[in-house]
Amino acid sequence: MGLAEPTGADATELAAVSPNWLTTRLDFLVNWSRANSLWPMPFGTACCAIEFMATAAGRFDISRFGMERMSFSPRQADVLICAGRLPFKLAPIIRRIWDQMPQPKWAISMGACASTGGIFDTYAMVQGIDTIIPVDVYVPGCPPRPEGLMYGIMLLQKKIKGESIADDSLRQELLVDERGFFLPPQKIDEISEPFGNSVHQTRSA
Amino acid sequence: MTSAIQPSPSVEALRAEFGAAVLDARVSCGDTIVWVAADRSHDVLAWLKDASGQEFDYLTDVTAVDYRDPERPLEVVYQLRSLRRKADLRIKVPLEKSGALTVRSVWDLWKGADWLERETYDMFGVVFDGHPDLRRILMWDTYAEGYPLRKSFPLRGNFTRAEQTRQALAANPEAHYSMEELSIAEAYDELPEDMKQRLAKGSRGEIR
Repeated sequence: MGLAEPTGADATELAAVSPNWLTTRLDFLVNWSRANSLWPMPFGTACCAIEFMATAAGRFDISRFGMERMSFSPRQADVLICAGRLPFKLAPIIRRIWDQMPQPKWAISMGACASTGGIFDTYAMVQGIDTIIPVDVYVPGCPPRPEGLMYGIMLLQKKIKGESIADDSLRQELLVDERGFFLPPQKIDEISEPFGNSVHQTRSA
Repeated sequence: MTSAIQPSPSVEALRAEFGAAVLDARVSCGDTIVWVAADRSHDVLAWLKDASGQEFDYLTDVTAVDYRDPERPLEVVYQLRSLRRKADLRIKVPLEKSGALTVRSVWDLWKGADWLERETYDMFGVVFDGHPDLRRILMWDTYAEGYPLRKSFPLRGNFTRAEQTRQALAANPEAHYSMEELSIAEAYDELPEDMKQRLAKGSRGEIR
């Protein structure tokens, strides 16, 4: 771009303070376009999906965020929105969808059940989808109102605008073992511990 | 139901036909409940379906009840309805929890029993002898924790959450379905061995 290639000691110094000026501006352009054209992969399993549909419809209208193009194929999706509780039977399916989505990709966990298991502290329910896939934004609520989901989307946009294309680690899937866990097993047990009323119920293991 | 207090006339007819196999009969909330010995349950249900004056042609539900009292037997419940006579009858078959939880399938009487008995097998572990395709229906085929609606089953399951997550992620989503349900047979190699044998026999019976 008309700039002379730095050589010798200059190059070493520049590499040390990277990202430099040019990369930062390119980051701005890339992040701006990514953040404003997120194509959602809707994974609606329960009542949260109704609020998600309301968010997509005219009154709230997520096309204002460039998200009106629902991608029902994971291969053309940028952001996975898990709207609703996830039973263990669906765990391999959401994981396969996540694996089929190309980078860059993000995930929003919408509602109390997707984020923590919610009221379903039972044998059949995943206690938070972050034990299955990495999650960027958690939206609380049971179900969250459309304003809540939109706030989550705006938080995700803010996060995307802070990313750098020079940072490879953002796009790497860090598995902790060959069994496909993103979290160590002890951590999964820890975050799945009962809370609230459910601590009064029995558990054998 | 002629009266909320009088038991259904089917009770007297059952006692006359089967004698000691009818263990007990009671009226609860206007519904007649008849307890029947497990070894005669299929005869009783076949008779109720076909005998003149009974004609319970519709099987509303098959389920089971596991009581908290460990001495009390598990009960398999059949809710019957006669569409023509507009009459209901509930049959309960007690199964001692110490013995084999096995009862004859009524799939040959009412085809609708197929999925109802599969669900009862899935949730309570009751084996229905003579069912053409007895496998889990709600939980996946490789589910190893037991039978969730048993009172002995803890609410959060028998395994740790990490182990449950590992087993769930290891499952092949396509392998939940039988060959009949799959248009392609790609997942055949991942099916459990007993299901392969059952499917190889093609023993789902004739569709009438």
